[in-house]
Amino acid sequence: MTTDAATDRPIGGYPRIVKRRDAFRVLPNMADYDDARRGFDWTAARALLDGLPGGGLNIAHEAVDRHAAGLHAGREALRWIGRRGERRSFTWADLRAATNRVANALRGIGLQDGDRVFVLAGRIPELYLTVLGALKAKCVVSPLFSAFGPEPIATRMELGAARALVTTGALYARKVAALRDRLPGLEHVILVGEDGAAAEVPGTQDWSALMAAASEDFAIPPTSPEDMALLHFTSGTTGRPKGAVHVHEAVVMHAMTGRYALDLHPDDVFWCTSDPGWVTGTSYGIIAPLVNGVTNLVAEAEFDAATWYDILEKERVSVWYTAPTAIRMMMKLGAAPLEGRDLSALRFMASVGEPLNPEAVVWSQKAFGMPFHDNWWQTETGGIMIANFAAMDVKPGSMGRPLPGIEAAIVERRDGGLSVIDAPMTSGELALRAGWPSMMRGYLHEEARYAKCFVDGWYLTGDLAMRDEEGYFWFVGRADDVIKTSGHLIGPFEVESALMEHPAVAEAGVIGKPDPTAGEIVKAFVALKPGFEAGEALRRELLGHARKRLGAAVAPKEIDFRQNLPKTRSGKIMRRLLKARELGLPEGDLSTLESDER
Amino acid sequence: MTKDETMAMLAEVLAGIAPEADLTTVTAKDDLREALDLDSMDFQNLVIGLHERSGLPIPEEDYPRLFTLEGMLAYFAAAKRA
Repeated sequence: MTTDAATDRPIGGYPRIVKRRDAFRVLPNMADYDDARRGFDWTAARALLDGLPGGGLNIAHEAVDRHAAGLHAGREALRWIGRRGERRSFTWADLRAATNRVANALRGIGLQDGDRVFVLAGRIPELYLTVLGALKAKCVVSPLFSAFGPEPIATRMELGAARALVTTGALYARKVAALRDRLPGLEHVILVGEDGAAAEVPGTQDWSALMAAASEDFAIPPTSPEDMALLHFTSGTTGRPKGAVHVHEAVVMHAMTGRYALDLHPDDVFWCTSDPGWVTGTSYGIIAPLVNGVTNLVAEAEFDAATWYDILEKERVSVWYTAPTAIRMMMKLGAAPLEGRDLSALRFMASVGEPLNPEAVVWSQKAFGMPFHDNWWQTETGGIMIANFAAMDVKPGSMGRPLPGIEAAIVERRDGGLSVIDAPMTSGELALRAGWPSMMRGYLHEEARYAKCFVDGWYLTGDLAMRDEEGYFWFVGRADDVIKTSGHLIGPFEVESALMEHPAVAEAGVIGKPDPTAGEIVKAFVALKPGFEAGEALRRELLGHARKRLGAAVAPKEIDFRQNLPKTRSGKIMRRLLKARELGLPEGDLSTLESDER
Repeated sequence: MTKDETMAMLAEVLAGIAPEADLTTVTAKDDLREALDLDSMDFQNLVIGLHERSGLPIPEEDYPRLFTLEGMLAYFAAAKRA
């Protein structure tokens, strides 16, 4: 057992969870981590895929058409459970026909190779059909989170040059209609009506009508593995959100990680609870299970323990991929709601979005009879990079070890170069050797920001971590001011900008404040212009202002007033100092502090 | 609690969490979380606020009964009789 030399306690404070080879009901795809790593090569990983009949590689072919043409045609590919318990089910043959209609419809309204199709919807079947159909049509898909407010939506569609948007009538009316003047390039808005009803809104087209008129036959045009497929926006410390560009070749990683990190087997019912508005919900909520020929369960309902446990039990979910915020909420409720439930189908549980605290891993082992397997990746990496695997011992609190084919290291940036830190349990920046198939190919129109991510052939993740003697990685923190709330990355700049738009606000500084359930919550500090008075009335006004623009997912949960915010000589607000003071931590190096907080 | 009392309490608590939310746009059966753009943290804070104002313990397993206005009114109406 790895122990901390100073205390002789296991790292993380909890004993490792040992995986006994004779205890597996289903033999894991990766029976031995070291063997798999040694014997791995990307050519073999590419051989998991089919390829387009005429050559080339298209994600939607691997996810849909390949299986529809084979033994899986009549098997259930997508199972949708609506908020009120409604059900829809698609076999691979159904999925092929439905996504062909989407592809024909998009081509029919004039969309061409590389045109950007944005989707903004809750987890409804039409969203899944649109993503896959648009990929068939060689459009680039950019999914937006439906809880975004108008401002994040507009910013992303402007940056991404949206030519088409598929959304619902309700979301359009609430969030998009008023933005149309700002988005002259948005030529096509397609609305999915409520419960199949037609959406008749000026300046839009009705989904059902378009689909009814479209053919069920479609041949995917030649697609190069390097053709752009997905555009996922992520947040940085400064500036506008970054559009991470992913190409069709990313599907190699989706296929491989589905097998190894999620241990998908053909008979599985797989449930990823993430929303496709975030990268997990696309890579693993849509692509990876379908590519691996596994029934993909989609539940529209937001977290509620009873509803989710019902789904696990009644749908016989065998592999479950969820997030720490939900796990911690389940933990708060305790194991009682699980009593008497038949979860015998459940075989493997994984978690992603932020580090899963060791207490939650240990709790899950007791409550479910198996631990949640934490894994780590980012929007930029396109797929899981570091994971706790089915057949590998779990050290609670660790994110696990790198996937076969992935080289990870702890590094230190120095004088334009890097040095790799080999000493175990020494904190540094987590870096990945560049060149895996799902690595982002750029930040859209942001060459300089993209180039800054790479040094000496390594991709720098911006996460601080440590590696122990056995090669397990341990998350330490972020190297920048980006906020991680409920597993979602929020850029403080985007929130500050929205607050600054209010006439009362002179300065705004936004930090992540630790929270037992959400990991962090967004907290804003605001200094007012002369003539405005701090107080509950203004706090509420600012809160409402921010929520209307940003939406609940991005807007601050707390706003505090200050007379002045701490700034550097160049006038930059020192978020780090605001955070240290909020948490009562040491203030660190104050040599750049010019104007202090009051 | 009467319907009016519950509505007044809800409006008051909501004003501290989501001041922009307009209760008049919500129908009895709408999911409040969706209709008012409340995320899970907002909803949790809402329930905590309702608990503090009403003095009524609201265990987490009861949260789903508060997802709609209809459910919420029934919940607090029953609470008085108990």
